[in-house]
Amino acid sequence: MTDTRLGELLTGLPAGTGEALDLVTGFDGAFALGFARVGEEAESALSGLAGALAATPVGARIAEAAEKVAAGSVADEHLAALAGGRAALLGAVHDALLSGLDAALGRTREAWQPAAPAAGIPVNLLEGCRVWLRELAITGWRGVDHDLVTACDQAVEALLGVPELRGLAVLLDGLAAELRASCPVATVDRLPARRWADLWTRGLLLAQSGPWQGTAEPVSGRLLVLGADVHEHGTVVRVQVHGVLEPAGGGTPRLVRTSVAAAKVETIVGPAVWRLLAGYPVLMGALAERRVLDVTDLPLLPGGDLVWHDDRATAGAEADPFTTARVMLGGAVAAPVPPLDRHPVRIAEPVLLEGYTTDGTTLDVGGEGLEWDLDRLPACGPLTPELVAASTGCVGLLRWDGRWLLQPLAVQTAVKRKPVAVHTADWATGPTDPKAVKAEAKAGDVVAVLRERAGRLLRK
Amino acid sequence: MDADISAWEQRSVVRVVPPVQPRKLAKVPFVELADGRLQGVVSSGSDIARVYVSSIAAGTHAYTCSTNNNRPCGGLYGTPCKHLRALADEAVLQYGLDRVARYLRVEVAAGGDLLGSLSGGPTRAPAAAVFARFLRHLAYLEVPDSTAPLAELHWFPAVR
Repeated sequence: MTDTRLGELLTGLPAGTGEALDLVTGFDGAFALGFARVGEEAESALSGLAGALAATPVGARIAEAAEKVAAGSVADEHLAALAGGRAALLGAVHDALLSGLDAALGRTREAWQPAAPAAGIPVNLLEGCRVWLRELAITGWRGVDHDLVTACDQAVEALLGVPELRGLAVLLDGLAAELRASCPVATVDRLPARRWADLWTRGLLLAQSGPWQGTAEPVSGRLLVLGADVHEHGTVVRVQVHGVLEPAGGGTPRLVRTSVAAAKVETIVGPAVWRLLAGYPVLMGALAERRVLDVTDLPLLPGGDLVWHDDRATAGAEADPFTTARVMLGGAVAAPVPPLDRHPVRIAEPVLLEGYTTDGTTLDVGGEGLEWDLDRLPACGPLTPELVAASTGCVGLLRWDGRWLLQPLAVQTAVKRKPVAVHTADWATGPTDPKAVKAEAKAGDVVAVLRERAGRLLRK
Repeated sequence: MDADISAWEQRSVVRVVPPVQPRKLAKVPFVELADGRLQGVVSSGSDIARVYVSSIAAGTHAYTCSTNNNRPCGGLYGTPCKHLRALADEAVLQYGLDRVARYLRVEVAAGGDLLGSLSGGPTRAPAAAVFARFLRHLAYLEVPDSTAPLAELHWFPAVR
């Protein structure tokens, strides 16, 4: 039954999605050329954005910002209003997509309760970020050169020293690396206009008064792992575990995520990244051995994120994520998405799909084709497009980026005609495949080499 | 074709930076294409505490090599020294010949080697800026871990 409803989800977009995204595309096109001189097309894109949001509580501010920026006055408050407007449009698209998905999956989601803003954020650091982001907006992507990219380095270094601002740090660092690799941007054939404007928008929102995750409450219980999603750019790797939390003492099971991120450099790639997460032996061991985790007093944020503490968890019996998905996914309640996180890219809903046929590019769901997100198979794990193509069952994340995508976290597949289950985090305590072991040995322990160099050369 | 480009430009998650290949880091711990140069740091073969800072400029192909204390490299006569050779070899391993050649704006004939195709000569340039970037690079290894939700990382999937 779920298959049929998911199939229906795939056949069309929620009403208004195309129009909202066209407005975003217009804004992004204007941004690419910069706000130093706003041409006719850019001016109409800005006023289009403002017009669409005119009836909202921020309508007047956005209208004023669009007018001022078009007239050549690019003040911080105007950029913040435009970023807010762009985020509101994508937030609406997110909400429409996610509620359609929840309905198709029969998933219950809690409502968001207003959260207190973060306190104690060093405002001077945020100011430094806003200066760089304003320069980008004035210059436009097409005008970005090496000097403008490098101007961000100091801000990132300072942000990395503040745990609360780590998200802003990894965002700006990732954006800067992409701009650096594309310099001079004026000559690139195709411009990742949506992506960069997404990152700029989120960066500018975070640089207003810091993150917005709300206040945590402690929870205890059994955490049953569904799978691990791996995120990475040159200077960060993060493993985000999706699971079902069975609260101690009963209560409705909850869909949760828990994450560990480590800073790295671009030459630490492939299975070597797991070495950076060796400080979480309980979590990594449970992922590699597919075990249940008993957790005590872990902070749970309102958005459904458990703040991991390895010393508050113990690994228990083996627990097959496919069984967890089969038994628990239907009844688990999902967490609300914090308002400013609402963007289609944030949709990553765990699902179980079984008994499908696939050609390796799409899989058949209720008569419709659902595209595999094969770009999200991490190099640090054993999942390959070939294993996905041979699969008949999948625990994955439903995502949306212009169309619905299924990102595999684990597949039931066949290797040499024998059925096996392969999970992204199977190598969390080191690769188990002889070929991967050999490849890693060939490059040597890059983490140890760099730590030795750091110990000798970094003046404390 | 144009439709493909605009679909790509309207995606939130696309690969902008090509992935780098793993390589041994013992001899050349740091290589980057940045600030209009192929630049990096080569560990000294004889003194564990000394490193050489080597770079090749894009366009002009002017090259330089000195210790991190700005002593010129003794091996740098009219031709690139062994440190520059090591830097170029490791850059090709890390980024692939095409990407390095494109960045430096150098034509490498089929089967030719990168250093042999350069048109520039030795020059003096202060090592400090490159060495500072290396130290900044190493400093990432000392940044503490984070267990925060970091929703921004949904834009940065790990890829193959």
